Amino acid sequence: MATDILMPALSPTMTEGTLARWLKKEGDTISSGDVLAEIETDKATMEVEAVEEGILGRILVTEGQQNVAVNTPIAVLISEGETLSEERTQPTAARTPTAPNATDVTPVAPPKATVLAVSEPEKEWGETAEITVREALNQAMAAELRRDPDVFLLGEEVAQYQGAYKISQGLLAEFGEKRVIDMPITEHGFTGMAVGAALTGLKPIVEFMTMNFSMQAIDHIINSAAKTLYMSGGQMGCPIVFRGPNGAAARVGAQHSQCYGSWYAHVPGLKVIAPWSAADAKGLLRAAIRDPNPVIFLENEILYGRKFACPTDEEFVLPIGKAKIERAGSDVTIVAFSIMVGTALEAAEILAEQGIQAEVINLRTLRPLDTATVVESVKKTSRLVTVEEGWPFAGIGAEVAMQVIEHAFDWLDAPPARVTGVDVPMPFAANLEKLALPQASHIVDAVLGQV
Amino acid sequence: MQAGKNNALQTGGNGPSLTREQFTQAYHDMLLIRRFEEKAGQLYGMGLIGGFCHLYIGQEAVVIGIQMALKEGDKLITSYRDHGQMLAAGMTARGVMAELTGRSTGYSHGKGGSMHMFSREKNFYGGHGIVGAQVALGIGLAFANKYRETDEVSIAYFGDGAANQGQVYESFNLAALHKLPCIFVIENNLYGMGTSVERASASHELWRNGEPWGIPGKRVDGMDIAAVHDAALEAVAHCRAGKGPYLLEMMTYRYRGHSMSDPAKYRKREEVDTIRKTRDPIDHVRTILLDAGVTEESLRTIEADVKAVVNDSAEFAQTSPEPDPAELYTDVLLEA
Ligand SMILES: Cc1ncc(C[n+]2csc(CCOP(=O)(O)OP(=O)(O)O)c2C)c(N)n1
Ligand SMILES: [Mg+2]
Repeated sequence: MATDILMPALSPTMTEGTLARWLKKEGDTISSGDVLAEIETDKATMEVEAVEEGILGRILVTEGQQNVAVNTPIAVLISEGETLSEERTQPTAARTPTAPNATDVTPVAPPKATVLAVSEPEKEWGETAEITVREALNQAMAAELRRDPDVFLLGEEVAQYQGAYKISQGLLAEFGEKRVIDMPITEHGFTGMAVGAALTGLKPIVEFMTMNFSMQAIDHIINSAAKTLYMSGGQMGCPIVFRGPNGAAARVGAQHSQCYGSWYAHVPGLKVIAPWSAADAKGLLRAAIRDPNPVIFLENEILYGRKFACPTDEEFVLPIGKAKIERAGSDVTIVAFSIMVGTALEAAEILAEQGIQAEVINLRTLRPLDTATVVESVKKTSRLVTVEEGWPFAGIGAEVAMQVIEHAFDWLDAPPARVTGVDVPMPFAANLEKLALPQASHIVDAVLGQV
Repeated sequence: MQAGKNNALQTGGNGPSLTREQFTQAYHDMLLIRRFEEKAGQLYGMGLIGGFCHLYIGQEAVVIGIQMALKEGDKLITSYRDHGQMLAAGMTARGVMAELTGRSTGYSHGKGGSMHMFSREKNFYGGHGIVGAQVALGIGLAFANKYRETDEVSIAYFGDGAANQGQVYESFNLAALHKLPCIFVIENNLYGMGTSVERASASHELWRNGEPWGIPGKRVDGMDIAAVHDAALEAVAHCRAGKGPYLLEMMTYRYRGHSMSDPAKYRKREEVDTIRKTRDPIDHVRTILLDAGVTEESLRTIEADVKAVVNDSAEFAQTSPEPDPAELYTDVLLEA
């Protein structure tokens, strides 16, 4: 049976080319893989290889012919003993490609946004005890390690040293070296290893000594952990937690003082949590470890030693994606996360003395963002101030403000304001460092600028 | 270093470890990859496959020889040059071709493409587009085998170009330190895109690259299925016995361009032709089978079977629908 050999597309963008040279002549026996001809495009000269075997019955497009459209029959392949009718001497027109044509795609609406659903009231957990954020994180990991044998912790100095910041104190003793594993200083390697293990269904907790060092491993966090579920059509989930101190510590300079909130919150396929209190830390870390998706858990070194009331209930856990109103108010909404929640509350005290009632929202989760809680609040207060330690450009504040503009524009009485870290690498000198970070007074000023 | 210099290559063990039946099976499996890839190239030429498409033609003996040394439960991971690995793992030609053409019936429902396919059922963990990433992920698969206290091994395939990535050496260290059952397979096809090994690596003996960590290594003629199989058996036995990782450098060759649009100015056509004529891994097995008295007739039956499977896969792919537009938004996160 005669089959046409078509002018091939040799790159995704090629529409036509020059048939530079035939390397086979009519009557030649062809086996698959033989180079038949050379084609020139504007970019390169490339070879056309035979896919079928047979005899080159007729050449339809002669050497040197230019602008040969992709899919034009350039030759006819026949089998042994077959003859071709005389009509098959002229190239017929290029066949219409059967390829899917992405130009006539009808857009689909994203799944109905749940963002504006009214939040359910938070569950009451009863009795509380004062514990530090460090203890809360430690208890959360211990509880989940006890609960699920597939959970394990790995990172630099997490086992024998008991954690660079003592978050994993006592875990090696209780769970042994199979499940609390010291890693060499090899973030790219051990993060890739942990992601690989997670793809098989294990549930690693990866501790970065600080989130700054997660930059060594960000390729695995984004390209390997966040995207694989999608790229596999839903087959390969990646239940993993990446945690460690984020943002500015104190006097450690530019390379150790950066907020990665907006970096990670940018990425579909990740959840991003930034707790403030001990209850946030404990309840959300337990939820993060149980979550079947990759979760970034941004802690704060300065908060590790702070005490907060935290529910003592053994089952205590918090939902991911729910913000918390830390202080109710009617005049302005202040949105913050992590250590800045405390600074915002401080500012709210000062404002209260001046008769301004600020509502302070602790975001707790950056992705998925609890837009509903923020929007409901702004509908009440008509003013928005966002606070973060990170840089202003494309930061979390920008996103929060835009969400409010989209969903509550008509309720706003003033343009939203951002209080952020200064747009410079973190300086070392004590005075400069202080100037680079948001202070309660900056928040007060931003609010006063609005009312 | 030339793939043609067979004599310089160490082969594993003392001669062919394969039976006639196994050679016959290998002939079928390798031919399936070859014909599948040729068909993929053809569909690409017709505009049915878009983007990148890295064909495995020429390297078939590597994956088939290794696959024959594995057992159920062993895990696999590789780069974007993954079609051969998937067929070797037992994934269907239909599912792979449908994914190449971006159809809903593909392994990733059309959302992965040529470089990103997976099968939990066949323990195939992808299909990765970041050169070298699969090596660190691969030791993670081995970590999971060890954590679960199985004797399963993991195979991490990567190229000679990938062998220069830092994370490969981080992975060597971690795998050796924790005695992970991981076989690192460098598929040395002499080029990473247009850069020859000599121009990319100060080490020309990639099989020795694990030495500082005490990882045993072997250079193998990757065009000779029996040699590949012998070496793989040895590596697998080492890993299953809990002795830690093993490194195999498979000397092989890719006949086609790096991806589809490759002007191939970095090598001479004679180089390709010579290797194809003198060292083709499939011709090699064909000769062994004919010498052993297998009839041309029975080989033709195999060839016809393979052709039917490949044509069916192309037909299946072309007649399968594209993904439903609503699929755009699914599979980003799992329900908690
Ligand atoms: C991190 C990274 N850098 C560069 C590339 C682009 N790239 C894709 S394949 C390739 C060559 C890899 O060669 P090799 O590892 O020898 O594998 P082969 O293609 O020969 O199978 C390059 C540079 C990439 N995909 N990822
Ligand atoms: Mg290569």
